[in-house]
Amino acid sequence: MRHLLSIEQLSKAEIEAILDRAESFAEVGRRDIKKVPTLRGRTVVTLFYESSTRTSSSFELAAKRLSADLVSVKAAGSSVDKGESLKDTVATLSAYEPAAIVIRHPHAGAAQLVAEWADAAVVNAGDGKHEHPSQALLDVYTLRRRLDSLEGKRIWIVGDVLHSRVARSNLIAFKAMGAELTVCGPPALIPRGLEELGCEVEHSLDRLREADVVYALRLQRERMAESFVPSLREYAAHFQIDSRRLGRRQLLMHPGPVNRGVELSGEVIDSPQSLIAEQVASGLVVRMAILYELLAAGDDESAPAAGNGAGRPTAIGQPA
Amino acid sequence: MSAGQLEMRSGENADLVLRGAAVLDPVAGIEGNHDVVIRDGSIAELAAPGSADASGLEEIDATGLHAFPAFFDPHVHLRTPGQEHKEDIETGSRSAAAGGYCGVLAMANTDPPVSTPADVEALRENARSAASVKVGFLATVTAGMKGEELTEMASLRDAGAVGFSDDGLPVRSALVLRRALQYQRLCGGTIALHEEDPELSGSGVMHEGPVSAVLGLDGIPSVSESTAIARDAALAGYEGGRIHVQHLSAAESVEVVRRAKEAGVRISCEASPHHLCLTDEEVRSLDPHRFKMNPPLRSEADRQALIDGLRDGTIDCVATDHAPHAAEEKEVPFEQAAMGVTGLETAFAALHTELVLPGVLDLGLVIERMSAGTAPFDVERSSLAPGSEANIALCDLSAEWTVGENGYESRSSNSWCAGRKLTGQVVLTLAGGQVAFRLRSFSMGVAA
Repeated sequence: MRHLLSIEQLSKAEIEAILDRAESFAEVGRRDIKKVPTLRGRTVVTLFYESSTRTSSSFELAAKRLSADLVSVKAAGSSVDKGESLKDTVATLSAYEPAAIVIRHPHAGAAQLVAEWADAAVVNAGDGKHEHPSQALLDVYTLRRRLDSLEGKRIWIVGDVLHSRVARSNLIAFKAMGAELTVCGPPALIPRGLEELGCEVEHSLDRLREADVVYALRLQRERMAESFVPSLREYAAHFQIDSRRLGRRQLLMHPGPVNRGVELSGEVIDSPQSLIAEQVASGLVVRMAILYELLAAGDDESAPAAGNGAGRPTAIGQPA
Repeated sequence: MSAGQLEMRSGENADLVLRGAAVLDPVAGIEGNHDVVIRDGSIAELAAPGSADASGLEEIDATGLHAFPAFFDPHVHLRTPGQEHKEDIETGSRSAAAGGYCGVLAMANTDPPVSTPADVEALRENARSAASVKVGFLATVTAGMKGEELTEMASLRDAGAVGFSDDGLPVRSALVLRRALQYQRLCGGTIALHEEDPELSGSGVMHEGPVSAVLGLDGIPSVSESTAIARDAALAGYEGGRIHVQHLSAAESVEVVRRAKEAGVRISCEASPHHLCLTDEEVRSLDPHRFKMNPPLRSEADRQALIDGLRDGTIDCVATDHAPHAAEEKEVPFEQAAMGVTGLETAFAALHTELVLPGVLDLGLVIERMSAGTAPFDVERSSLAPGSEANIALCDLSAEWTVGENGYESRSSNSWCAGRKLTGQVVLTLAGGQVAFRLRSFSMGVAA
């Protein structure tokens, strides 16, 4: 694996290899000294063009636990504020010869571009509404610990799928692991044609009890202004996951941050069925495993070429 | 009512003979091998192969080559004034000549937009010194393309504007378009329309469908285009006005135009080679250089509907919407990249490769539609009939070439064909009676 740009690029075996590696880091996490020397002397750059708590902090801590030197760049307060292009910023940071660049960007395909421009291994920490592969990996990891296997498990992804990169990456990852998928939300928040990803589409929670796992998505407040849904109250009335709708044997997940009382009621967040805190804990070890696979797994492994299969975007390509 | 005027650089009229060319001009009813004799910039004679008297003429061995009426593109962006870092009249017209075009119509969405008679006069002056093919200029429908007040349409026509268009933007207000159509009765000049409902398109960057759903890119639904066309066709019908719909992309749009034509509306329309050859599947690469434009590449069903429309005449002509952009405007994530691709140099070769060779469309139909863009704007059409001004595209239909390998005549390189291997190449273009383009490797091979 040269880069982690999308979940689409990974086979089931590759996903499992990363998760197995994460298990070994979980063991390290139980030691008194939680740090390993794997990436000593190598530099990891995190480049965040969007605000983030979980993803940025867990990648930063993951790099530190692996003993890498860390450079954290946030767009706010950097030369990005002064109008520097992504290409020029990447060229600047490349002068430090980083081993890896972890990038979060508000636009689809940004990580793919960085991978073209830089020599470093590139990790997509979220590109627009496109993909968020490390989130999908940590979610599969979290579920695998609870359920052993996702094969044949029914997973419902509920909420604002249209604006969610988590939904896209998770649909692909859960599917690769053998789960059966349903997305559910108001029609305007389910992208037209999403069935292509191999999921069913529902616009009501009536059949929610069929799910083994309920994965709720964040509803951003600005969506009301754009008339995707009439009001938060109306949304909650139809799509909020609460203790009435959630069965006792169903597992609940959410990528955070949660809008309490909107997509989830307070009592389900804190219920024993909720895996939300475990997801955060998984984030650290899975991101350690990602950096390890990219930077330390060695050339002896016959890792497939990176990329999403579409090739380098500005490269001269073949017509379809 | 003055007709719009096209301009080009004055130069030496051609005196040459194309020996043994396969001549094809479906409109003039000419098909067969001839010596095409050109004297003082006009087609003097179509003679039996090898029989023409070549005294005083350059002889070009055109055996195995095809001579077509040169193409006409009613929709290009030459970026002058204000954006000459992307293109100007000299580079843009050279690009057209290299594609076998004898004439183009330049859009008015420059910086500032072409909204005053002085703007039009300055551009015509510029073209008289810089253009290697005939260039006509459209003026905006609304002052400054703001969509509010009409331009001085009559004065613009007097200054030589060929027609009117706010291309790049739709005429948002139905009332403003109605007023323009009413005023058209006074001054003529077809109104060319970029059809899109800005609210339905929203922040869209590609066709709305399964591919946009998977990529997480905001979609531009087909109905954004077709509903706008339906509105404007109704207005044109009501006012008896004459409109030309630009760059059709959706199946629904073809249907709306078809119905409007049946109802007698004075409506014409165009489709671009990229919409005829590509679909939104290409966007999976997230490459904005080749695959980001407005209207966007749509589904395979849409592409088939465009091909059917071109075949049955619902779509009158091919137009490239040649839209040059500088590298830095495209070297950014897809959503942030500028809309538009270049197409003049590859239009014929692409349609020949993708549609003629596989047997989807006849060669005669394709070249007819590629020079039919004159009609909506009352420009004289190129012809190979003796007595006509020499406007000829000489093509080698078996030549294979890789687009971009030897650079571009255009100042920009955002060609949707970049890297494609195409079959069919323009080797010589005559425009306005002059030699406008000669492929370097071809001229080397000429033996008298």
